[in-house]
Amino acid sequence: MTTAVADTHAAHDDHGPAKGIGRWLFTTNHKDIGTMYLIFSLTMFFIGGTMALIIRSELAQPGLQFVHPEFFNSMTTMHALIMVFGAVMPAFVGLANWMLPLQIGAPDMALPRMNNWSFWILPVAFGILLSTLLMPGGGPASGWTMYPPLVLQTGDAFPFLIFSVHLMGISSIMGAINIIVTIINMRTPDMSLIRMPMFVWTWLITAYLLLAVMPVLAGAVTMLLTDQFFGTSFFLAAGGGDPVMFQHIFWFFGHPEVYIMILPAFGVVSEILPTFSRKPLFGHDSMVYATASIAFLSFIVWAHHMFTVGMPLSGQMFFMFATMLIAVPTGVKVFNWVSTMWRGAMTFETPMLFALAFVFLFTIGGFSGLMLAIVPADVQYHDSYFVVAHFHYVLVPGSVFALMAAAYYWLPKWTGHMYNERAGKLHFWLSTIFVNLTFFPMHFLGLAGMPRRIPDYSTQFADFNLIASIGAIGFGMSQLVFLYVLLTCKKGAPATAEVWDNPKGLEWTVPSPAPYHTFDVPPPVDRTVAFPKDND
Amino acid sequence: MIRKTLAGLFGLVWATSASADWAVNMPQGVTELSAETYDLHMMAFWVCTAIGILVFGVMIIALFKHRKSVGHTPAKFSHSTAAEIGWTAIPVLILIVMAVPAAETMIKIEDTRNPDVSIVVTGYQWKWHYKYQDQDLAFYSTLARPSLEARQLGSAIDPFAVDNYLLDVDNPLVVPVGAKVRILLTSNDVLHAWWIPELAIKKDAIPGIINEVWFRAEQVGTYRGQCAELCGKDHGYMPVVVEVVEADDFENWVAAQGGSVEALASTQ
Repeated sequence: MTTAVADTHAAHDDHGPAKGIGRWLFTTNHKDIGTMYLIFSLTMFFIGGTMALIIRSELAQPGLQFVHPEFFNSMTTMHALIMVFGAVMPAFVGLANWMLPLQIGAPDMALPRMNNWSFWILPVAFGILLSTLLMPGGGPASGWTMYPPLVLQTGDAFPFLIFSVHLMGISSIMGAINIIVTIINMRTPDMSLIRMPMFVWTWLITAYLLLAVMPVLAGAVTMLLTDQFFGTSFFLAAGGGDPVMFQHIFWFFGHPEVYIMILPAFGVVSEILPTFSRKPLFGHDSMVYATASIAFLSFIVWAHHMFTVGMPLSGQMFFMFATMLIAVPTGVKVFNWVSTMWRGAMTFETPMLFALAFVFLFTIGGFSGLMLAIVPADVQYHDSYFVVAHFHYVLVPGSVFALMAAAYYWLPKWTGHMYNERAGKLHFWLSTIFVNLTFFPMHFLGLAGMPRRIPDYSTQFADFNLIASIGAIGFGMSQLVFLYVLLTCKKGAPATAEVWDNPKGLEWTVPSPAPYHTFDVPPPVDRTVAFPKDND
Repeated sequence: MIRKTLAGLFGLVWATSASADWAVNMPQGVTELSAETYDLHMMAFWVCTAIGILVFGVMIIALFKHRKSVGHTPAKFSHSTAAEIGWTAIPVLILIVMAVPAAETMIKIEDTRNPDVSIVVTGYQWKWHYKYQDQDLAFYSTLARPSLEARQLGSAIDPFAVDNYLLDVDNPLVVPVGAKVRILLTSNDVLHAWWIPELAIKKDAIPGIINEVWFRAEQVGTYRGQCAELCGKDHGYMPVVVEVVEADDFENWVAAQGGSVEALASTQ
């Protein structure tokens, strides 16, 4: 295994990290950049979470107690923008930076300087976005979907909102290019595409989605900008434009976007379940095809977000059928995960617990998604708390739990220390209980007729709102346990190279913590590869 | 300690629930289409429940039986073409069974022909404007005064003491029972959406576009809903109230409002 580890070559002067702040500002090292992405996304997770707690505090009782409606609207808007673009997406990019080169036996990302740039754009973008809260007219308050004409009523924050979205898009596009080039060109020679681990596969497909749709978002917001400042009327009915066209363009980005946030989560879960079931992933190849099918379908279902805008019947039918079809490949994935566990020898360390909760709770979010596809029922669900429940189920116990699972799974590899297992389990149980307490009652609220994005509500919605608010505060506080786990990780026992019980994958062949440089020479892939097709 | 806290929490929930109810499901509503919508919703729910019991059941059995601590040794299998074809094909069949009745209802929803009453509904920030096309009658509908006063930040008025808090208006929309009412929806400024759960109607009001929806309410009563598309700071304060009355009462109401009842007579 010595080939897997960087030796100090006489021909090179310095292989270690630079000293001081310069290490982080100018780094081109995939591990440093991955770490920065992960810390940045965790910071955004806490900022966006604080906004969620402001929202839930106001909604704990009927009547206005804490904030004005306009500020409430900017909280819902900023919460979404920060969680989507600041927390979930950069967290997965951080995992990609750390783990893709380690999983494919590459020394680094293919385009390391661009990698540095795509990270450092993000603090600037979110600095600008957060600063809008202090501007005359307040922060953006039109929802993260930025529908015109309402978004054009934003105050001074408007151009800053557009600019920050552009910056996030540039960052994502560069990240996606880097990931595609790395995976295609830098795999160790023995690793054919189909033999790649699932996390690599899901990220390859996700990166193509990003590349396809981020420019579409950039186009949509640029049209908003010209409508506001340069006299165009793309979306203004008074000038012959069409407000609904924005929604079509936005959701052509927006639907693949939701898969951008979940496909890498599928990859993470597909790594963790086999390790702790001590059994190979069931149906690796069909998992790849299912992921690709989901990605393809994601481009032809966008208008299911718009069943109430007044589309022609034929359009509604097409988007209903296409949306229902997504249940098929998604079902394949869930069935494959269950089959992976079946007749395994499971143990329940924290990463496994989060992965198992993911399978249960993401599936519940998938069920409500299937219900939402039924157009007449969707007319009732649309823009109600039922939708809020649905997408929080797929995003919080879905994407976020997968991120937590990944963090616990690879933390010993990153730091060289085992985390505190008791604290990890406490974090898991508190999170799981409170996440359900928060989001499950929202199904009932939506079905009973409570619209989303309102700061106050009629009294018959009071009970479930109070329960959801108690759950949200509990969930928020539970994440402090995660912070504790991270901060005390250095005190844990030293981790071995394998960390877990005989896990599969090249990342477990390098020592823990992973040295600053790994795989100077492409490693041979034999039985260490994740899913050796020839051997099973 | 934990017990005490839990008891306190439940006590808090219990105390506030005195004057509220625990509605957990979609209303069946008072139109043929709202009942069909409810049935579709329940069908989808039970299909999901059945699949959930199956999948989670298998998973839970595995979680208890196939664990290392009970000495289970892992199997080696990693694929099964037959199983994979099966669980791709069977869901497709289930989806077709779900899609067919949904499509049938959709066709009915879109059939706006031959209305008895036509009303142009225009969304404003933040109120609704109703114009009866053939009755020469038009008015605004805004949040009722008691709710308006109670909703202010720091109003010190208990929302539970206000009847239909945030769901009451000064001038409700009045329509005759059993009549096919066509709503022509548009907006004067930003997007709004006109939603009444009991009538299973939700449609966006969009500037520059006129959307059509219809309903035929089969029961006299007052049905309440809200704007469902974010429309700015007072989005939560523009309720929709529809009063469904007997045909005679409707004519009397139109006459009392100074509208014309001739068109009504001609359709009956």
